[in-house]
Amino acid sequence: MTTATGFGARVVPAARGHAWFVVRRPGLLLSLVVLALVLLAAVFPTLLADGDPLVGTPRERLQGPSGAHLFGTDQLGRDLFTRVVHGSSLSLRATVVAVAVALVVGGGLGLVAGFVGGWLDAVLMRTVDVVQAIPRLLLSLALVSALGFGTTKVAIAVGVASVASFARVMRAEVLRVRSSVYVEAARASGVRSGAILTRHVLPNASGPVFVLAALEFGVAILSVSALSFLGFGAPPPTPEWGVLIADGRGFVATAWWLTTFPGLVIAATVLSANRVSRALDGERRRER
Amino acid sequence: MRGYLLRRLLQAVVVLWAAFTVSFVVLYLLPGDSLSIRLGGLEGTATPAQIDAVRAEYGLDDPLYLQYAHALGDALGGDLGRSAQTGAPVVRTIADALPQTLALTGCAMVLAVLGGGAVALAATFTRVRALRQVLLSLPAIGISMPGFWVGLLLVQVVSFQWGLLPAMGNEGFESLVLPAITMALPAGAMIAQVLAKSLTTELAEPYVETARAKGAGRVRIHLRHALRNASLPALTLAAVVAGNLLMESVVVETVFSRAGVGRLTAAAVDTQDLAVVQGVVLLAAVVFVVVALVVDLLYPLLDPRVGRTV
Repeated sequence: MTTATGFGARVVPAARGHAWFVVRRPGLLLSLVVLALVLLAAVFPTLLADGDPLVGTPRERLQGPSGAHLFGTDQLGRDLFTRVVHGSSLSLRATVVAVAVALVVGGGLGLVAGFVGGWLDAVLMRTVDVVQAIPRLLLSLALVSALGFGTTKVAIAVGVASVASFARVMRAEVLRVRSSVYVEAARASGVRSGAILTRHVLPNASGPVFVLAALEFGVAILSVSALSFLGFGAPPPTPEWGVLIADGRGFVATAWWLTTFPGLVIAATVLSANRVSRALDGERRRER
Repeated sequence: MRGYLLRRLLQAVVVLWAAFTVSFVVLYLLPGDSLSIRLGGLEGTATPAQIDAVRAEYGLDDPLYLQYAHALGDALGGDLGRSAQTGAPVVRTIADALPQTLALTGCAMVLAVLGGGAVALAATFTRVRALRQVLLSLPAIGISMPGFWVGLLLVQVVSFQWGLLPAMGNEGFESLVLPAITMALPAGAMIAQVLAKSLTTELAEPYVETARAKGAGRVRIHLRHALRNASLPALTLAAVVAGNLLMESVVVETVFSRAGVGRLTAAAVDTQDLAVVQGVVLLAAVVFVVVALVVDLLYPLLDPRVGRTV
């Protein structure tokens, strides 16, 4: 890795180790490339497709994939590739919001439950048990019907539906760290509980929660796109992955590319996200 | 045993009560005016007197704890209110839609168990490394595919290109095949993942060595010894899988234009028909509780060691 030499001598061996770890696993490498492309599409969509996702040429409507239109065109003559590329920003933003909500709220609840203990812990964890008895998709749907429609609301609903599992993992980790010797030492030397929580418990307990967040990424993409497909996300002209497939649904018999390509992009993104998070999980486990 | 059963039944009741309470809190206490939803978008034209009348009719003037107590009392009597959309009782609306969805979910469950089990068994049985790698990567792919997309692909290829099975509707067994496959895919992938993992663990246990030393064949060891022990961890997943399958019907029934609980749920969310949504949440909780109870009762039959501690 030539770019790594600029980081300073201390970082280079580690970076080289990581690079080697990735290169030896072609699947992981491919996953990283896919994620990088999706990220590029989300941040700088014009680099990959410079057309307008909302304007089409009616003369070129419903054309199959070709050199000019990689993914073909839809019923209004809009280039599907452009729409998929421009849609990734919205889909990805919703996914990040969902994971962030789950991480912050779930992690926070787990932290409080584990650290405070007592009746608060009991009440929180029994609630978590009950919430986990309800399928996540249904929980998201119930939240959407209460909150209203729109991509952000869908994202929040998907995130809240995952709060329970984050709270559970965080609490288990906090309980493990809380009984460790260094926390006892900190307490014995008079450190206040707030400081123990932020300086000692949080950094040492958050590892598995971040791994869960990485895994959650794929789940959130699927949930967000499913809810958008059902029509609870962005309103139609906006390009979004789930919405694109819903739009193409009416043309399943005549224009196969309208549903096939956006779905392929979703599947590839989820598969890559899952592969990368599995690698993160495995690496962590080996370090211990 | 009877004490155990009683305790489990009590637990089930507590879970149902809690699910009712959680859904009440989520649906009626969140910002979003349940009154305007119940008026069905007529608040612009309704006179203040009419709005007050509706308020009084639904008991929205009462303090919250009274509203909750009222709803809970009605729910105990089997009354979950009326659909804001159709005016029909929620319980009947769901009960009418349930048989279609149960048939679909049942078929999908059978497919998922058979398919997932077959993949896991083949992956742990084969000695060909390449085949093993391919089989073990199948579940990861299955879990990553959006259900609605898989359904549309199946419609595209099987119904329109090959002209084999109907693309939509509820008529006959033929219309059940494609939705069931779509639904079974993520569940089957999950089962395959868990089962393959526990089969690998079990095959490394000393009792497998013993059986081999006594001259048992590979197939016999795999199916009679390892599978029986490995199926226990997979069985504990059954309640979660059943719940997820049921809710996959929201997407699958929409894709295949089938009537059922899933379609009902999607429509209820679309029109913000909160009473129906709450009814479906309770249905999911009932399914979870019942399946978990059945699994618990089956456990001692599969693993005699569990029965003794009960």
